[in-house]
Amino acid sequence: MTNKTLVSATVNNEPVEFLCEPQQSLLECLRDILGLTGTKEGCNDGNCGACSVLLDGQLVNSCLVLGVEIEGRAITTVEGLADWRGLHPIQQAFLEADGFQCGFCTPGILIATKALLDRKPNPTEADIRAWLSGNLCRCTGYDKIVRAVQVAACHLNNTCEVDA
Amino acid sequence: MQPFAYQAPTSVGEAVALLADPERGARPFAGGTDLLVQMRRGLFAPGMLVDVKRIPELNRIAFDPTEGLTIGAAVCCAWLCEHPAVRQQYPGLVDAASIIGGAAIQRRATLGGNLCNAAPSGDSIPAMIVLGASATLAGPKGTRTVPVADFCAAPGKTVLRPGELLISLHVPPPAPNSAARTRSGARYLRFIPRGEMDIAVAGAGAWLALGDDGVITDARIALSAVAPTPLFVEAAGAALIGQSPTEAAFAAAAAIAQEAARPISDVRGTAAQRRHLVGVLTRRALHGAYQRAKGEACDD
Repeated sequence: MTNKTLVSATVNNEPVEFLCEPQQSLLECLRDILGLTGTKEGCNDGNCGACSVLLDGQLVNSCLVLGVEIEGRAITTVEGLADWRGLHPIQQAFLEADGFQCGFCTPGILIATKALLDRKPNPTEADIRAWLSGNLCRCTGYDKIVRAVQVAACHLNNTCEVDA
Repeated sequence: MQPFAYQAPTSVGEAVALLADPERGARPFAGGTDLLVQMRRGLFAPGMLVDVKRIPELNRIAFDPTEGLTIGAAVCCAWLCEHPAVRQQYPGLVDAASIIGGAAIQRRATLGGNLCNAAPSGDSIPAMIVLGASATLAGPKGTRTVPVADFCAAPGKTVLRPGELLISLHVPPPAPNSAARTRSGARYLRFIPRGEMDIAVAGAGAWLALGDDGVITDARIALSAVAPTPLFVEAAGAALIGQSPTEAAFAAAAAIAQEAARPISDVRGTAAQRRHLVGVLTRRALHGAYQRAKGEACDD
């Protein structure tokens, strides 16, 4: 027997309605019901950050949120970053600074970076490393990710020098 | 995860009624950062999760200089740590609440959940114990208050009775009998191999109050990850009363804390390493608490 609940929410600025069971995580709802597969499943226990999304603007691990909890709430996933003008400045910065290799952790890191820069437009390197401690990357060794966040910050603040 | 029912009541009474019905097998659900992980591992299969995040009493932070601080059980760590009065008056609590998980976990994990999860390594528990915090519980037979120091019974076990719900945590004013609030201070420190996002190998919380003559009038020390529950070492704090706040006095108190610790060896560290860490961390926590009592910033 299924015990489905109708959930109405906003995902990437679009109203959505979907049916889900209480034990389905927000991550499962995004990927398997709404078809938004940009958000990745890594550890499924809150350690890796691959499933990072914004819930009412706050960074959360979507594997640790239930789909039924988002009734009336607003979610931003990686699919919500780019718009008709093109890539989001954070995405552009990750391209310019080679802030990824295999790319599996990248959606979560882009979202975590947005959450950081929304609240702290000029983070220090230590701020960036501490904030991204919940986003694991097997490839880059993190240095290029940190650099990409710094480039993103200067793009968003219009403070980039020519060779940034 | 096994299927379960979900309810999000908006009052304590409704939540307690759901939790008290043994047929439902209901558990309270706030941030889910421990509970959902444990359910996926098969440790629990509740029949219902009672989401407590829509209950006003559980979602409140209230500070009053004479009453102290009341933290709703569903308040997340990030909100607590960003609260101006908490930052100003209770930096020892921020020490602990700000290191529970990374940025995303901070926006879900709650102090109430950290306490109810009753992990020996729960960072906020020693921090609350040394501040003299108490927990307000509501259940089918009414409400009661339990000192945080007495709340954890064993790893993962608490004094919560069937159907009882943690409503809020209360922390006394920073210096209860003194007009000068800067005369008491608290600090929590832990050791982890990573910089962030890790579980304490050992941790120590310290609180002390200074009299007008600079002598310690009261002190409390509590430890994490070195016993089956977070450990309140009353004797270590008591040994400081009447002493001058010197590094020698702090070392003597730390030695008492080391004696009281009952560490085990496991994947995170050996018993000997943990006992050593208790000495180092207790001394440093006392040093930091003393600096804060003097109105200075901590130097480590």
